[in-house]
Amino acid sequence: MNTRPQLMLTAGETALVDALAAAGSPAAETLRKEIVLRGLPTRRVEAWHYTDLRALMKAFPAQSGKAGNAVAMPELVAAAALDFAGNAFDSACLARLPQGVSGAAAHKPGDLPEGVEIADDMIGKLNRALFAAGVELSVAAGAKVETPIAIAQAVSGGTAQALCHAVTIGADAQVTVIERAGSDGAENHQNSVTHLAIGKGAKVTWLIHQELGTATDRLAQLNISLAEDANLTLLMLNAGGRLVRQEVHIAVNGENASLAIKGVNLIGAGSHTDVTTTLNHAVPNTTATELFRNVVPGAGRGVFQGQIRVAQPAQKTDAQMACNTLLLSDESDFSAKPELEIFADDVVCAHGATVADIEDEHLFYLRARGIPEREARALLVKAFVEEVFEDIGNEPLSEALVGRIETWLDRNG
Amino acid sequence: MIEIKNLHARIAEDGTEILKGLNLTVRPGEVAAIMGPNGSGKSTLSYVMAGKEDYEVTEGDILFNGESILGMEPDERAAAGLFLAFQYPVEIPGVPTMNFLKAAMNAQRKARGESELTTPDFIKRVKGAAANLGISMDMLKRSLNTGFSGGEKKRAEILQMSLLEPTFCVMDETDSGLDIDALKVVADGVNALRSPERAFLVITHYQRLLEHIVPDTVHVLYKGRIIKTGGKELALQLEEEGYADIIGEAA
Repeated sequence: MNTRPQLMLTAGETALVDALAAAGSPAAETLRKEIVLRGLPTRRVEAWHYTDLRALMKAFPAQSGKAGNAVAMPELVAAAALDFAGNAFDSACLARLPQGVSGAAAHKPGDLPEGVEIADDMIGKLNRALFAAGVELSVAAGAKVETPIAIAQAVSGGTAQALCHAVTIGADAQVTVIERAGSDGAENHQNSVTHLAIGKGAKVTWLIHQELGTATDRLAQLNISLAEDANLTLLMLNAGGRLVRQEVHIAVNGENASLAIKGVNLIGAGSHTDVTTTLNHAVPNTTATELFRNVVPGAGRGVFQGQIRVAQPAQKTDAQMACNTLLLSDESDFSAKPELEIFADDVVCAHGATVADIEDEHLFYLRARGIPEREARALLVKAFVEEVFEDIGNEPLSEALVGRIETWLDRNG
Repeated sequence: MIEIKNLHARIAEDGTEILKGLNLTVRPGEVAAIMGPNGSGKSTLSYVMAGKEDYEVTEGDILFNGESILGMEPDERAAAGLFLAFQYPVEIPGVPTMNFLKAAMNAQRKARGESELTTPDFIKRVKGAAANLGISMDMLKRSLNTGFSGGEKKRAEILQMSLLEPTFCVMDETDSGLDIDALKVVADGVNALRSPERAFLVITHYQRLLEHIVPDTVHVLYKGRIIKTGGKELALQLEEEGYADIIGEAA
């Protein structure tokens, strides 16, 4: 006899269960049963230890995909923008795609790139259950694409939307892709999963740029495979939102592949922002660097989980990870969990996490030159985060990101 | 210009008294040197004048042009015309030197009710002052003091001093860590700024710097007090005989 007591669902879970029932797909029905039985992941599930989804997902909008008012999303650099009207991909956008790039609407969620494994994949399950639309992009082998491509998700008026994209970069191609997320002040929910397969020798700059309203929850995932000699620069700017979890799962499958992740998290009052990355080095001679800088001016909470796995054959792996945080108030909070799992013996792996306030010596030096305290603090906070985007090899993009950071800090710092 | 009266100051954290009744007057146009053995309170004096929070003044006063500065914030003191050239200029990654210079110059102008500098005017001033000190524009594009050599840091301090045009300059062991060529560049920079309206307090361990920045008065600081005052010949006497005799005399 099963005497397990029935789980009391939270308000957020109840709303989610209703949304899953309304979605009606087999994947939605499976997930609905799972949530009724076990609820959303709590801190007892390792992957969700610092982001207790059950406690933090306070609501789930009943309406899906119908956009409310248009959301103004800052365009960082001129790009070929791909938009979603309601719950459908706006195929007219495909005409904007630059030469060398082909695209089509996605009608079902795609498959994980080769070698990507995800523990406790609640974001993926939600995405498959609630999938609304997506785009499939393919960059031709050898194409040097100048114009960046922007995939935008804007949700407003208290709606939920799940998008899934698949992007394939051909051998030796070069391209810049921007994933943008924006929302208004209503209680919205975004779910976004993107699968990115980077071909041999290809060079990709990928930017995740999220500026969300203070009541928006966003669960997002970027899953990447890198082939031989492939090179990835992954930039990330997260600002705003209520519950934000951005996962990045990377399988480094090809020898001499290299990647650099550079991210800034601006965590405002009332926000819980979680960046979770896993790097899986499977073959010899690959390099990875990760640098995150976080600013928490008030009563906000940040989480960074960075896992680096080096499989036994992956000799000569060089992986460096750093996560530095400025906590500017007594109510600010940040948890960093670096995790190395190394099975090869000839590797260089390091991680460092620091949490601090502005250094008194820096502040005094600036004030001794006549800069008032408030202004000096702002200067130091900006410097701390802007440094991340200093040398990204793309001046206009670097300047645009710095501009967004300054705008945010002026409002929230 | 500066009158320090019976100044007592201690380290805020542990209450250790460092300055124990220091008296010193510096007149407009004067270059006063303070010499003293290690631990006599030289750096403490410079920090207390600049307003560092790590120190507490328990007694006495510092008057700048007749007004007490003890109640003023460090930035207010700077805007009033006080400048501290740091013994160890702080490296601040991510703040380009040019941005810092502009922020400092404009903040001081604003505090004095003057209009902000236009960008061309600002660049012109910086270029002129930098050229005199052998500072390249490349160096100014880098983050403030970050990765600068010892000589570059001290020259950057003098550059700031010449751009901010203070009326009272405290130089805390500006000669430390400098080779003779760098010392000359720094000394020339300081000498170029000497004027009847501007006074200097040059804190140093060695007489060497005073060969290049010739002082009007020399004061010996020991255990938190000035124990002897004289002309520039006093520095030479200290160099030859050491501090022991003077300390013995005062005891």
